[in-house]
Amino acid sequence: MLDDFLLRALAAGVGVALVAGPLGCFVVWRRMAYVGDTMAHASLLGIALGLALGLDLGLGVLLVTVTVALLLAALQGQRLVGTDTLLGILAHGALSIGLVAVAFMETVRLDLMAYLFGDILAVSTRDLLWIWGGGALVLAGLVAIWRPLLAATVDPDLAQAEGASPPWVRVAFALLIAAAIALAMKIVGVLLITALLIIPAAAARRSARSPEGMALGAAAIGVAAVLGGLALSFGADSPSGPSIVVAALTLFVGSLALPARG
Amino acid sequence: MDSSPLPHDHLQNRVLLKVAGLSVRLGGREILHSVDLTLRRGEIVTVIGPNGGGKTTLLRTVLGLIAPSAGHASITAGATVGFVPQRFPVDRVLPMTVARLMRLTARPDRAAVERALGETGTAHLLDTSIHALSGGEMQRVLVARALVREPDLLVLDEPAQAVDYAGEAAMYELIAAIRDRRGCGVLMVSHDLHVVMAATDRVLCVNGHVCCTGTPHEVSGNAEFRRLFGPKAGAFALYRHHHDHDHDLSGEPVDDAHHHHDHHHHDDGHRHA
Repeated sequence: MLDDFLLRALAAGVGVALVAGPLGCFVVWRRMAYVGDTMAHASLLGIALGLALGLDLGLGVLLVTVTVALLLAALQGQRLVGTDTLLGILAHGALSIGLVAVAFMETVRLDLMAYLFGDILAVSTRDLLWIWGGGALVLAGLVAIWRPLLAATVDPDLAQAEGASPPWVRVAFALLIAAAIALAMKIVGVLLITALLIIPAAAARRSARSPEGMALGAAAIGVAAVLGGLALSFGADSPSGPSIVVAALTLFVGSLALPARG
Repeated sequence: MDSSPLPHDHLQNRVLLKVAGLSVRLGGREILHSVDLTLRRGEIVTVIGPNGGGKTTLLRTVLGLIAPSAGHASITAGATVGFVPQRFPVDRVLPMTVARLMRLTARPDRAAVERALGETGTAHLLDTSIHALSGGEMQRVLVARALVREPDLLVLDEPAQAVDYAGEAAMYELIAAIRDRRGCGVLMVSHDLHVVMAATDRVLCVNGHVCCTGTPHEVSGNAEFRRLFGPKAGAFALYRHHHDHDHDLSGEPVDDAHHHHDHHHHDDGHRHA
Protein backbone atom coordinates (compact mmCIF):
# COMPACT_ATOMS: atom_id res chain seq x y z
CA MET A 1 0.00 0.00 0.00
CA LEU A 2 1.43 3.34 -1.03
CA ASP A 3 0.77 6.13 1.40
CA ASP A 4 0.75 9.80 0.52
CA PHE A 5 3.91 10.46 2.49
CA LEU A 6 5.73 7.73 0.60
CA LEU A 7 4.58 9.13 -2.75
CA ARG A 8 5.74 12.57 -1.70
CA ALA A 9 9.07 11.13 -0.60
CA LEU A 10 9.46 9.39 -3.96
CA ALA A 11 8.56 12.50 -5.91
CA ALA A 12 10.92 14.66 -3.84
CA GLY A 13 13.79 12.19 -4.08
CA VAL A 14 13.40 11.73 -7.83
CA GLY A 15 13.21 15.51 -8.31
CA VAL A 16 16.42 16.07 -6.38
CA ALA A 17 18.22 13.19 -8.10
CA LEU A 18 17.36 14.54 -11.55
CA VAL A 19 19.03 17.84 -10.65
CA ALA A 20 21.92 16.48 -8.61
CA GLY A 21 23.10 14.01 -11.26
CA PRO A 22 23.95 16.41 -14.11
CA LEU A 23 25.14 19.12 -11.71
CA GLY A 24 27.25 16.55 -9.86
CA CYS A 25 29.03 15.63 -13.09
CA PHE A 26 30.51 19.13 -13.20
CA VAL A 27 31.39 18.88 -9.51
CA VAL A 28 33.32 15.70 -10.34
CA TRP A 29 34.87 17.01 -13.56
CA ARG A 30 35.98 20.25 -11.93
CA ARG A 31 37.17 18.47 -8.78
CA MET A 32 34.88 20.56 -6.62
CA ALA A 33 33.64 17.94 -4.15
CA TYR A 34 34.97 20.02 -1.27
CA VAL A 35 33.17 23.07 -2.58
CA GLY A 36 29.88 21.17 -2.44
CA ASP A 37 30.74 20.00 1.05
CA THR A 38 31.53 23.50 2.18
CA MET A 39 28.24 24.94 0.97
CA ALA A 40 26.33 21.99 2.39
CA HIS A 41 27.94 22.25 5.83
CA ALA A 42 27.39 25.98 5.85
CA SER A 43 23.71 25.47 5.14
CA LEU A 44 23.07 24.52 8.77
CA LEU A 45 23.90 28.13 9.50
CA GLY A 46 21.06 28.97 7.14
CA ILE A 47 18.69 26.92 9.31
CA ALA A 48 19.77 28.90 12.36
CA LEU A 49 19.41 32.14 10.43
CA GLY A 50 15.96 31.17 9.23
CA LEU A 51 14.85 30.30 12.75
CA ALA A 52 16.30 33.47 14.25
CA LEU A 53 14.75 35.76 11.65
CA GLY A 54 11.53 33.83 11.29
CA LEU A 55 12.23 33.15 7.61
CA ASP A 56 11.32 30.08 5.65
CA LEU A 57 14.14 27.65 6.45
CA GLY A 58 14.69 26.82 2.79
CA LEU A 59 15.12 30.52 2.09
CA GLY A 60 17.56 30.84 5.01
CA VAL A 61 19.63 27.98 3.63
CA LEU A 62 19.57 29.45 0.14
CA LEU A 63 20.78 32.80 1.50
CA VAL A 64 23.73 31.18 3.24
CA THR A 65 24.75 28.82 0.42
CA VAL A 66 24.58 31.63 -2.12
CA THR A 67 26.68 33.83 0.18
CA VAL A 68 29.26 31.07 0.58
CA ALA A 69 29.31 30.52 -3.20
CA LEU A 70 29.99 34.20 -3.85
CA LEU A 71 32.53 34.34 -1.01
CA LEU A 72 34.42 31.40 -2.52
CA ALA A 73 34.39 32.97 -5.97
CA ALA A 74 35.74 36.20 -4.51
CA LEU A 75 38.40 34.50 -2.37
CA GLN A 76 39.72 32.25 -5.13
CA GLY A 77 42.27 34.86 -6.15
CA GLN A 78 43.92 35.09 -2.72
CA ARG A 79 47.11 33.16 -2.14
CA LEU A 80 47.50 33.31 1.64
CA VAL A 81 46.15 29.82 2.36
CA GLY A 82 45.46 26.97 -0.05
CA THR A 83 41.98 26.46 -1.41
CA ASP A 84 41.51 23.20 0.50
CA THR A 85 42.37 24.94 3.77
CA LEU A 86 40.06 27.82 2.96
CA LEU A 87 37.20 25.43 2.18
CA GLY A 88 37.79 23.52 5.40
CA ILE A 89 37.73 26.73 7.44
CA LEU A 90 34.52 27.91 5.79
CA ALA A 91 32.77 24.51 5.97
CA HIS A 92 33.50 23.64 9.56
CA GLY A 93 33.38 27.22 10.77
CA ALA A 94 29.90 27.72 9.35
CA LEU A 95 28.73 24.28 10.52
CA SER A 96 29.95 24.95 14.04
CA ILE A 97 28.41 28.42 14.23
CA GLY A 98 25.18 26.86 12.99
CA LEU A 99 25.28 24.10 15.63
CA VAL A 100 26.07 26.56 18.41
CA ALA A 101 23.37 28.97 17.27
CA VAL A 102 20.76 26.24 17.08
CA ALA A 103 21.70 24.98 20.55
CA PHE A 104 21.03 28.46 21.98
CA MET A 105 17.53 28.55 20.55
CA GLU A 106 15.90 26.74 23.43
CA THR A 107 12.47 27.94 22.55
CA VAL A 108 12.61 26.22 19.19
CA ARG A 109 12.10 22.48 19.01
CA LEU A 110 14.37 21.46 16.19
CA ASP A 111 15.02 17.95 15.04
CA LEU A 112 18.74 18.42 14.44
CA MET A 113 19.14 14.88 13.14
CA ALA A 114 16.61 15.61 10.39
CA TYR A 115 18.76 18.47 9.14
CA LEU A 116 22.04 16.61 9.44
CA PHE A 117 20.84 13.40 7.78
CA GLY A 118 17.64 14.41 6.06
CA ASP A 119 14.07 13.29 6.57
CA ILE A 120 12.61 12.51 3.20
CA LEU A 121 9.58 10.82 4.72
CA ALA A 122 8.53 14.13 6.27
CA VAL A 123 8.42 16.01 2.95
CA SER A 124 5.35 18.24 2.68
CA THR A 125 3.47 19.26 -0.44
CA ARG A 126 5.02 22.68 -0.05
CA ASP A 127 8.50 21.11 0.01
CA LEU A 128 7.61 19.25 -3.16
CA LEU A 129 6.70 22.49 -4.90
CA TRP A 130 10.04 23.97 -3.83
CA ILE A 131 11.95 20.96 -5.09
CA TRP A 132 10.26 20.58 -8.46
CA GLY A 133 9.92 24.30 -9.15
CA GLY A 134 13.42 25.16 -7.98
CA GLY A 135 14.85 22.02 -9.54
CA ALA A 136 13.38 22.89 -12.92
CA LEU A 137 14.95 26.36 -12.68
CA VAL A 138 18.34 24.94 -11.71
CA LEU A 139 18.26 22.43 -14.57
CA ALA A 140 17.22 25.13 -17.02
CA GLY A 141 20.13 27.26 -15.80
CA LEU A 142 22.54 24.36 -16.21
CA VAL A 143 21.33 23.69 -19.75
CA ALA A 144 21.73 27.39 -20.57
CA ILE A 145 25.39 27.49 -19.45
CA TRP A 146 26.22 23.91 -20.46
CA ARG A 147 28.43 24.61 -23.47
CA PRO A 148 30.53 27.47 -22.05
CA LEU A 149 30.83 25.69 -18.70
CA LEU A 150 31.96 22.46 -20.35
CA ALA A 151 34.49 24.32 -22.50
CA ALA A 152 35.87 26.07 -19.41
CA THR A 153 35.98 22.74 -17.57
CA VAL A 154 37.94 20.99 -20.32
CA ASP A 155 40.48 23.81 -20.70
CA PRO A 156 39.85 27.22 -19.11
CA ASP A 157 42.59 28.97 -21.12
CA LEU A 158 41.39 27.58 -24.41
CA ALA A 159 37.78 28.49 -23.67
CA GLN A 160 38.75 32.03 -22.70
CA ALA A 161 41.15 32.48 -25.64
CA GLU A 162 38.45 31.49 -28.12
CA GLY A 163 35.86 33.66 -26.39
CA ALA A 164 33.80 30.58 -25.57
CA SER A 165 33.43 31.07 -21.83
CA PRO A 166 32.78 34.42 -20.19
CA PRO A 167 33.98 34.63 -16.54
CA TRP A 168 30.46 34.91 -15.12
CA VAL A 169 29.72 31.32 -16.16
CA ARG A 170 31.82 30.01 -13.26
CA VAL A 171 29.94 32.17 -10.78
CA ALA A 172 26.61 31.12 -12.29
CA PHE A 173 27.62 27.49 -11.79
CA ALA A 174 28.50 28.10 -8.12
CA LEU A 175 25.08 29.68 -7.64
CA LEU A 176 23.38 26.65 -9.24
CA ILE A 177 25.18 24.37 -6.79
CA ALA A 178 24.13 26.63 -3.93
CA ALA A 179 20.50 26.37 -5.05
CA ALA A 180 20.70 22.60 -5.55
CA ILE A 181 22.09 22.16 -2.04
CA ALA A 182 19.26 24.17 -0.56
CA LEU A 183 16.84 21.88 -2.42
CA ALA A 184 18.55 18.63 -1.52
CA MET A 185 19.08 19.35 2.17
CA LYS A 186 15.65 18.08 3.15
CA ILE A 187 16.25 14.81 1.34
CA VAL A 188 19.66 13.61 2.48
CA GLY A 189 20.63 16.21 5.04
CA VAL A 190 23.51 18.61 5.36
CA LEU A 191 26.20 15.99 5.88
CA LEU A 192 25.33 13.81 2.87
CA ILE A 193 24.41 16.24 0.10
CA THR A 194 27.79 15.98 -1.59
CA ALA A 195 27.31 12.22 -1.81
CA LEU A 196 24.15 12.73 -3.86
CA LEU A 197 26.07 15.06 -6.16
CA ILE A 198 29.21 13.01 -6.74
CA ILE A 199 28.35 9.31 -6.30
CA PRO A 200 25.78 9.01 -9.13
CA ALA A 201 28.09 11.05 -11.38
CA ALA A 202 31.06 8.82 -10.57
CA ALA A 203 28.92 5.71 -11.07
CA ALA A 204 27.87 6.97 -14.52
CA ARG A 205 31.45 7.45 -15.72
CA ARG A 206 32.15 3.85 -16.73
CA SER A 207 29.29 3.53 -19.18
CA ALA A 208 29.53 7.05 -20.62
CA ARG A 209 31.14 8.06 -23.91
CA SER A 210 30.30 11.75 -23.81
CA PRO A 211 29.80 14.42 -21.14
CA GLU A 212 26.10 14.61 -22.00
CA GLY A 213 25.76 10.82 -21.74
CA MET A 214 27.39 10.89 -18.32
CA ALA A 215 24.99 13.60 -17.14
CA LEU A 216 21.94 11.60 -18.23
CA GLY A 217 23.41 8.45 -16.70
CA ALA A 218 24.06 10.26 -13.42
CA ALA A 219 20.44 11.44 -13.31
CA ALA A 220 19.20 7.88 -13.94
CA ILE A 221 21.52 6.35 -11.36
CA GLY A 222 20.49 9.02 -8.85
CA VAL A 223 16.82 8.13 -9.39
CA ALA A 224 17.63 4.43 -8.95
CA ALA A 225 19.50 5.23 -5.73
CA VAL A 226 16.50 7.14 -4.39
CA LEU A 227 14.17 4.25 -5.22
CA GLY A 228 16.52 1.67 -3.71
CA GLY A 229 17.24 3.79 -0.67
CA LEU A 230 13.58 4.45 0.01
CA ALA A 231 12.76 0.76 -0.34
CA LEU A 232 15.51 -0.02 2.14
CA SER A 233 14.37 2.74 4.49
CA PHE A 234 10.71 1.72 4.31
CA GLY A 235 11.36 -2.00 4.54
CA ALA A 236 14.09 -2.06 7.17
CA ASP A 237 13.13 1.15 8.97
CA SER A 238 16.60 2.58 8.35
CA PRO A 239 17.24 6.35 8.21
CA SER A 240 16.21 7.53 4.73
CA GLY A 241 19.08 9.87 3.81
CA PRO A 242 21.91 7.44 4.61
CA SER A 243 19.91 4.62 2.97
CA ILE A 244 19.81 6.56 -0.30
CA VAL A 245 23.55 7.15 -0.12
CA VAL A 246 24.16 3.45 0.61
CA ALA A 247 22.07 2.56 -2.46
CA ALA A 248 24.07 5.03 -4.57
CA LEU A 249 27.32 3.59 -3.24
CA THR A 250 26.15 0.09 -4.16
CA LEU A 251 25.44 1.25 -7.71
CA PHE A 252 28.88 2.88 -7.89
CA VAL A 253 30.65 -0.29 -6.77
CA GLY A 254 28.56 -2.23 -9.28
CA SER A 255 29.60 0.17 -12.06
CA LEU A 256 33.23 -0.69 -11.45
CA ALA A 257 32.51 -4.16 -12.80
CA LEU A 258 31.50 -2.67 -16.16
CA PRO A 259 34.11 -2.36 -18.89
CA ALA A 260 35.25 1.23 -19.39
CA ARG A 261 33.86 2.72 -22.60
CA GLY A 262 36.34 5.50 -23.15
CA MET B 1 31.88 31.76 -42.50
CA ASP B 2 33.71 31.81 -45.82
CA SER B 3 35.27 28.42 -46.33
CA SER B 4 36.43 28.90 -49.89
CA PRO B 5 40.07 27.90 -50.28
CA LEU B 6 41.35 31.39 -50.98
CA PRO B 7 40.12 34.56 -49.31
CA HIS B 8 38.79 37.45 -51.34
CA ASP B 9 41.38 39.90 -52.49
CA HIS B 10 40.27 42.72 -50.27
CA LEU B 11 40.82 40.50 -47.26
CA GLN B 12 44.23 39.37 -48.37
CA ASN B 13 46.20 41.98 -46.47
CA ARG B 14 43.83 42.37 -43.59
CA VAL B 15 45.62 42.97 -40.29
CA LEU B 16 44.61 40.25 -37.82
CA LEU B 17 46.77 41.13 -34.86
CA LYS B 18 48.39 44.33 -33.70
CA VAL B 19 50.76 44.43 -30.75
CA ALA B 20 52.14 47.87 -29.90
CA GLY B 21 54.47 48.93 -27.10
CA LEU B 22 53.42 45.88 -25.13
CA SER B 23 54.89 45.40 -21.67
CA VAL B 24 53.84 42.69 -19.25
CA ARG B 25 54.69 42.47 -15.56
CA LEU B 26 54.04 39.28 -13.64
CA GLY B 27 54.67 39.08 -9.89
CA GLY B 28 56.58 42.35 -9.97
CA ARG B 29 58.94 41.18 -12.71
CA GLU B 30 58.89 42.69 -16.14
CA ILE B 31 58.57 39.73 -18.50
CA LEU B 32 58.05 41.66 -21.73
CA HIS B 33 59.08 45.16 -22.65
CA SER B 34 58.01 47.28 -25.63
CA VAL B 35 57.01 44.49 -27.97
CA ASP B 36 55.61 45.43 -31.39
CA LEU B 37 54.13 42.99 -33.86
CA THR B 38 51.68 43.14 -36.73
CA LEU B 39 50.31 39.98 -38.27
CA ARG B 40 48.28 39.88 -41.48
CA ARG B 41 46.21 37.26 -43.22
CA GLY B 42 48.20 34.51 -44.88
CA GLU B 43 51.27 35.19 -42.78
CA ILE B 44 53.12 32.76 -40.50
CA VAL B 45 54.91 34.46 -37.63
CA THR B 46 56.95 32.33 -35.27
CA VAL B 47 58.02 33.56 -31.85
CA ILE B 48 61.28 32.02 -30.71
CA GLY B 49 63.61 32.80 -27.88
CA PRO B 50 65.30 31.31 -24.84
CA ASN B 51 63.28 29.68 -22.08
CA GLY B 52 62.00 32.33 -19.71
CA GLY B 53 62.34 34.93 -22.45
CA GLY B 54 58.60 35.61 -22.51
CA LYS B 55 57.46 33.70 -25.64
CA THR B 56 54.52 32.04 -23.95
CA THR B 57 53.70 35.23 -22.02
CA LEU B 58 53.46 37.08 -25.35
CA LEU B 59 51.14 34.41 -26.72
CA ARG B 60 48.95 34.41 -23.62
CA THR B 61 48.72 38.20 -23.67
CA VAL B 62 47.70 38.16 -27.33
CA LEU B 63 44.99 35.65 -26.44
CA GLY B 64 43.69 37.88 -23.66
CA LEU B 65 44.71 35.49 -20.86
CA ILE B 66 47.13 38.00 -19.33
CA ALA B 67 46.55 41.74 -19.05
CA PRO B 68 49.33 44.00 -20.34
CA SER B 69 50.93 46.47 -17.95
CA ALA B 70 51.52 48.90 -20.82
CA GLY B 71 50.72 49.07 -24.51
CA HIS B 72 48.24 46.71 -26.07
CA ALA B 73 47.85 43.45 -27.93
CA SER B 74 44.62 43.25 -29.85
CA ILE B 75 43.14 40.81 -32.27
CA THR B 76 41.07 42.56 -34.93
CA ALA B 77 37.41 42.69 -33.94
CA GLY B 78 35.40 39.98 -35.61
CA ALA B 79 38.40 37.77 -36.36
CA THR B 80 37.90 34.19 -35.24
CA VAL B 81 40.72 32.68 -33.19
CA GLY B 82 41.64 29.00 -33.16
CA PHE B 83 44.00 28.07 -30.33
CA VAL B 84 46.16 24.95 -30.09
CA PRO B 85 47.48 24.73 -26.52
CA GLN B 86 50.83 23.22 -25.69
CA ARG B 87 49.36 20.70 -23.27
CA PHE B 88 45.81 19.48 -23.01
CA PRO B 89 45.43 17.55 -19.77
CA VAL B 90 41.81 16.40 -19.64
CA ASP B 91 40.94 14.38 -16.56
CA ARG B 92 39.95 10.82 -17.38
CA VAL B 93 36.79 11.25 -15.36
CA LEU B 94 35.47 13.45 -18.17
CA PRO B 95 34.40 11.17 -21.04
CA MET B 96 34.95 12.70 -24.46
CA THR B 97 35.30 11.43 -27.98
CA VAL B 98 37.24 13.24 -30.69
CA ALA B 99 33.89 14.01 -32.36
CA ARG B 100 32.62 15.76 -29.21
CA LEU B 101 35.90 17.61 -28.69
CA MET B 102 35.53 19.08 -32.18
CA ARG B 103 32.30 20.74 -31.02
CA LEU B 104 33.77 22.15 -27.82
CA THR B 105 33.77 25.82 -28.85
CA ALA B 106 32.13 25.60 -32.29
CA ARG B 107 28.96 24.17 -33.79
CA PRO B 108 30.19 22.52 -36.98
CA ASP B 109 28.13 19.99 -38.92
CA ARG B 110 29.45 16.47 -39.35
CA ALA B 111 30.91 17.20 -42.80
CA ALA B 112 32.92 20.14 -41.40
CA VAL B 113 34.22 17.97 -38.56
CA GLU B 114 35.33 15.26 -40.98
CA ARG B 115 36.90 17.82 -43.29
CA ALA B 116 38.95 19.38 -40.48
CA LEU B 117 40.08 16.00 -39.17
CA GLY B 118 40.93 14.96 -42.72
CA GLU B 119 43.15 18.01 -43.09
CA THR B 120 45.34 16.81 -40.22
CA GLY B 121 45.19 13.14 -41.18
CA THR B 122 43.06 12.13 -38.19
CA ALA B 123 39.67 11.37 -39.79
CA HIS B 124 39.94 7.75 -38.63
CA LEU B 125 39.98 8.92 -34.99
CA LEU B 126 36.50 10.50 -35.11
CA ASP B 127 34.87 8.09 -32.66
CA THR B 128 37.94 7.44 -30.52
CA SER B 129 38.07 8.55 -26.90
CA ILE B 130 40.51 11.41 -26.46
CA HIS B 131 41.97 9.49 -23.51
CA ALA B 132 43.14 6.76 -25.91
CA LEU B 133 45.12 9.09 -28.22
CA SER B 134 48.90 9.16 -28.40
CA GLY B 135 50.69 12.47 -27.89
CA GLY B 136 51.15 12.99 -31.62
CA GLU B 137 47.56 12.04 -32.45
CA MET B 138 46.26 14.39 -29.77
CA GLN B 139 48.34 17.23 -31.17
CA ARG B 140 46.91 16.78 -34.68
CA VAL B 141 43.37 16.40 -33.34
CA LEU B 142 43.88 19.68 -31.44
CA VAL B 143 44.94 21.39 -34.67
CA ALA B 144 41.81 20.01 -36.36
CA ARG B 145 39.73 21.23 -33.44
CA ALA B 146 41.08 24.74 -33.96
CA LEU B 147 40.51 24.49 -37.74
CA VAL B 148 36.87 23.49 -37.41
CA ARG B 149 36.24 26.99 -36.06
CA GLU B 150 37.28 28.29 -39.50
CA PRO B 151 39.77 30.58 -37.77
CA ASP B 152 41.12 33.78 -39.28
CA LEU B 153 44.02 33.53 -36.85
CA LEU B 154 45.49 30.20 -35.82
CA VAL B 155 47.55 30.39 -32.62
CA LEU B 156 49.76 27.47 -31.63
CA ASP B 157 51.88 27.07 -28.50
CA GLU B 158 54.82 24.73 -29.16
CA PRO B 159 52.80 22.63 -31.62
CA ALA B 160 55.49 19.99 -32.07
CA GLN B 161 56.24 19.42 -28.40
CA ALA B 162 54.67 15.97 -28.21
CA VAL B 163 56.02 14.47 -31.43
CA ASP B 164 59.38 13.03 -32.47
CA TYR B 165 61.82 14.77 -34.80
CA ALA B 166 60.33 13.48 -38.06
CA GLY B 167 56.83 14.20 -36.79
CA GLU B 168 57.99 17.67 -35.87
CA ALA B 169 58.95 18.48 -39.46
CA ALA B 170 55.62 17.02 -40.61
CA MET B 171 53.76 19.21 -38.12
CA TYR B 172 55.33 22.42 -39.42
CA GLU B 173 54.70 21.32 -43.01
CA LEU B 174 51.08 20.73 -42.04
CA ILE B 175 50.83 24.24 -40.57
CA ALA B 176 52.33 25.77 -43.71
CA ALA B 177 49.91 23.73 -45.86
CA ILE B 178 46.96 24.93 -43.75
CA ARG B 179 48.04 28.52 -44.29
CA ASP B 180 48.42 27.93 -48.04
CA ARG B 181 45.00 26.32 -48.29
CA ARG B 182 43.01 28.60 -45.99
CA GLY B 183 44.90 31.84 -46.15
CA CYS B 184 44.60 32.31 -42.40
CA GLY B 185 47.21 34.03 -40.28
CA VAL B 186 49.38 31.84 -38.05
CA LEU B 187 51.08 32.87 -34.82
CA MET B 188 53.10 30.20 -33.09
CA VAL B 189 55.65 29.78 -30.37
CA SER B 190 58.51 27.38 -30.79
CA HIS B 191 61.78 26.67 -29.12
CA ASP B 192 62.86 24.74 -32.16
CA LEU B 193 65.16 26.85 -34.27
CA HIS B 194 65.90 24.62 -37.16
CA VAL B 195 62.72 22.92 -38.21
CA VAL B 196 60.28 25.72 -37.61
CA MET B 197 62.16 28.47 -39.34
CA ALA B 198 61.94 26.68 -42.65
CA ALA B 199 58.14 26.96 -42.54
CA THR B 200 57.94 30.55 -41.34
CA ASP B 201 57.54 33.87 -43.11
CA ARG B 202 58.68 35.97 -40.23
CA VAL B 203 60.51 35.26 -37.01
CA LEU B 204 60.17 37.28 -33.84
CA CYS B 205 63.02 36.55 -31.48
CA VAL B 206 61.92 37.48 -27.99
CA ASN B 207 64.10 37.70 -24.93
CA GLY B 208 62.23 40.11 -22.68
CA HIS B 209 62.26 42.49 -25.62
CA VAL B 210 62.18 41.86 -29.36
CA CYS B 211 65.83 41.15 -29.95
CA CYS B 212 65.34 40.84 -33.68
CA THR B 213 62.68 40.22 -36.27
CA GLY B 214 62.58 39.49 -39.97
CA THR B 215 62.66 36.59 -42.37
CA PRO B 216 64.36 33.47 -41.04
CA HIS B 217 67.33 34.29 -43.24
CA GLU B 218 67.67 37.83 -41.93
CA VAL B 219 67.26 36.76 -38.31
CA SER B 220 69.85 34.04 -38.55
CA GLY B 221 72.40 36.64 -39.58
CA ASN B 222 71.56 38.92 -36.66
CA ALA B 223 74.34 39.32 -34.11
CA GLU B 224 72.09 39.25 -31.04
CA PHE B 225 70.32 36.18 -32.35
CA ARG B 226 73.64 34.39 -32.81
CA ARG B 227 74.73 35.39 -29.33
CA LEU B 228 71.48 34.02 -27.84
CA PHE B 229 71.48 30.76 -29.65
CA GLY B 230 75.15 30.17 -30.24
CA PRO B 231 76.89 28.97 -33.37
CA LYS B 232 74.09 26.51 -34.17
CA ALA B 233 71.80 29.44 -34.88
CA GLY B 234 72.63 29.62 -38.55
CA ALA B 235 72.25 25.92 -39.15
CA PHE B 236 68.54 26.10 -39.89
CA ALA B 237 69.23 27.40 -43.34
CA LEU B 238 70.86 24.12 -44.17
CA TYR B 239 68.02 22.11 -42.74
CA ARG B 240 66.54 19.49 -45.00
CA HIS B 241 65.27 16.03 -44.32
CA HIS B 242 68.44 14.16 -43.60
CA HIS B 243 66.81 10.92 -42.57
CA ASP B 244 66.48 8.26 -45.25
CA HIS B 245 62.74 7.85 -45.16
CA ASP B 246 59.87 10.22 -44.81
CA HIS B 247 56.85 10.07 -42.57
CA ASP B 248 53.34 10.95 -43.45
CA LEU B 249 51.20 12.61 -40.84
CA SER B 250 50.12 9.44 -39.13
CA GLY B 251 53.76 8.55 -38.58
CA GLU B 252 53.79 5.80 -41.19
CA PRO B 253 56.98 5.68 -43.21
CA VAL B 254 56.31 6.65 -46.83
CA ASP B 255 58.03 4.50 -49.47
CA ASP B 256 60.43 5.90 -52.03
CA ALA B 257 57.90 6.15 -54.83
CA HIS B 258 56.18 8.91 -52.91
CA HIS B 259 59.28 10.54 -51.60
CA HIS B 260 59.05 14.27 -51.51
CA HIS B 261 62.26 15.64 -50.18
CA ASP B 262 62.01 18.77 -52.21
CA HIS B 263 60.24 21.22 -49.99
CA HIS B 264 59.84 24.08 -52.37
CA HIS B 265 58.09 26.27 -49.90
CA HIS B 266 61.07 25.88 -47.62
CA ASP B 267 63.52 26.84 -50.26
CA ASP B 268 65.29 30.03 -49.42
CA GLY B 269 68.02 29.83 -52.00
CA HIS B 270 70.41 27.56 -50.18
CA ARG B 271 71.66 24.37 -51.71
CA HIS B 272 70.66 21.08 -50.19
CA ALA B 273 73.16 19.88 -47.67
